[in-house]
Amino acid sequence: MKALIPTAAVLALLAAVPLVVHSNVTLNFLVVALMIALAGQGWNILGGYGGQYSFGHAAFFGTGAYVTAILQVRYGVNAWLGFVAGIAAGAALGAALGALTFRSGLRGSYFALVTLAFAEVLRIIASVAPITGAGVGILMKLDLGVRTLQFQSRAAFYWIILALVGASLVTAQLIERSRFGVWLIAVRENEDAAKALGINANGVKLAAMVISAGMTAAAGCFYVQYFLFLDSGIAYGTWISIQALLTPIIGGVGTVFGPLLGALVVKSLGEAAKLLAGDAPGLDLIIYGAVLVVVIWFMPRGLIGGFAQMRKLLTRGPAASRAAEAGHG
Amino acid sequence: MAEPLLAVDRVTCRFGGLLAVNAASLTASKGRITALIGPNGAGKTTLFSIISGFIKAGAGAVRYAGQDITGEPPYRLARRGIARTFQIVQPFVGLSVRENILVGAHLHHRTRNAALAVVDQIGHDLGLGELLNRPADTLTIAARKRLELARTLATNPKLLLLDEVLAGLNPSEVRDIVPVIRNLCGRGITILMIEHVMQAVMSLAEHVFVLAEGCIIAEGAPAQVVADPVVVEAYLGRGAAAKLGASHGR
Repeated sequence: MKALIPTAAVLALLAAVPLVVHSNVTLNFLVVALMIALAGQGWNILGGYGGQYSFGHAAFFGTGAYVTAILQVRYGVNAWLGFVAGIAAGAALGAALGALTFRSGLRGSYFALVTLAFAEVLRIIASVAPITGAGVGILMKLDLGVRTLQFQSRAAFYWIILALVGASLVTAQLIERSRFGVWLIAVRENEDAAKALGINANGVKLAAMVISAGMTAAAGCFYVQYFLFLDSGIAYGTWISIQALLTPIIGGVGTVFGPLLGALVVKSLGEAAKLLAGDAPGLDLIIYGAVLVVVIWFMPRGLIGGFAQMRKLLTRGPAASRAAEAGHG
Repeated sequence: MAEPLLAVDRVTCRFGGLLAVNAASLTASKGRITALIGPNGAGKTTLFSIISGFIKAGAGAVRYAGQDITGEPPYRLARRGIARTFQIVQPFVGLSVRENILVGAHLHHRTRNAALAVVDQIGHDLGLGELLNRPADTLTIAARKRLELARTLATNPKLLLLDEVLAGLNPSEVRDIVPVIRNLCGRGITILMIEHVMQAVMSLAEHVFVLAEGCIIAEGAPAQVVADPVVVEAYLGRGAAAKLGASHGR
């Protein structure tokens, strides 16, 4: 598999970071960025490759997190098992939601609205249901150990989330090269034409939704293991839905490395804006928002799309590329 | 006459108050080219959409190779070997020509290499060999029509439904593509085509059905059909046949 070499190189490089960097603040920043990258890769499978823009991936993130936490806290289930069950629950929810929306032919903004509404409904239910701890939330007992999947060292968590991100990168890459991936992209580009070519469009979208939901749920499972606390606003809040779609869009939708790159850039931007804004309340968010607008303005296909465009400009020279642009019109 | 591969039996389709197709019946014989003609708005594309599963008929049946396929979804029909092209070409604009054809080729070839081999073969057959790496949205209209055809052929169809593949082409482009279609028929693919370019219909089709206001009003050999007064009137208005006859007589 020669195609997997760049992925392996990136992962090896990232895996070496804790050997050099010992600052807890930096590691914590990277752990959160990688967690967002995982959630974003989940969104990217469905949204980037399949063209189905979800505004409610929090539904999967939160379900993964809650299932992992509730199984451990209330039923004493082993943490690893809880983790796997959380992923499975997220994927199952994806299957159910996908079956409902795709079967009834919801596309585009309608699909986005339904997913958003679904996540909000779950948030409201979780904020009152006793099993989720309602308004108080769930606090997991601190109990360090491999069996409980809790570690003193941030590096351990870092390697766990990196392994999950690595698995998501390889999954995206395998999908890209497979028949399923070709079909998924065809559905994104033109659903009717895809159907005419023998593609079961609903089946393909549903499969993508299950994989997508499972990945984002994994990020949720990790969240609760890492922070040991969960409430309805964290689990099903719009913050994670937005992070999950923002990172691939900034990095490059429908690309393998888009979500990872996007997550690192978006998180760094957030931190830089905070430094820049100092104590002025809300100023950091204004800077953050403005930079994102500028990025999307100049690179509508994300950073990876922008780099590709620039490389084309540099290698072919401006005249050739202008001719190509004219040819496009 | 060969046994019909496709038999449409009294199919009716209604859009609200509009009766788009009214008890239309037609057949397409195995290995032959059959044409469906008719004035604009006659319901030809609607009938095609019913045959290919994109629209459900209100009444009537569609039979293919002896089996009732009425109401089956398009992707199942494609797997059975029924492929259609679209009147308004629908390339996957974000993809290259090769990737476009690859989508079709994957229907019967799971592995990427096998599918890519099919793509190269078909691209070569349809004269797209040079263009395989080009983005689909940079193609001329004639090349897009070829791409539409290539992508469909990659699914290895037995019955090909061509919806105005010649529309919008200039006469020399039409001359180029007519032999391609005839060649497909020579390979044993049954073709049912909607076409307005009568020169092509006359030279390609062995049997013609005429649809007007949702009804099949005439059928037969091309020369016979275009001389039919009912057909002339459907295109030119009531009384036109008589006037034409009179002016010819003079």
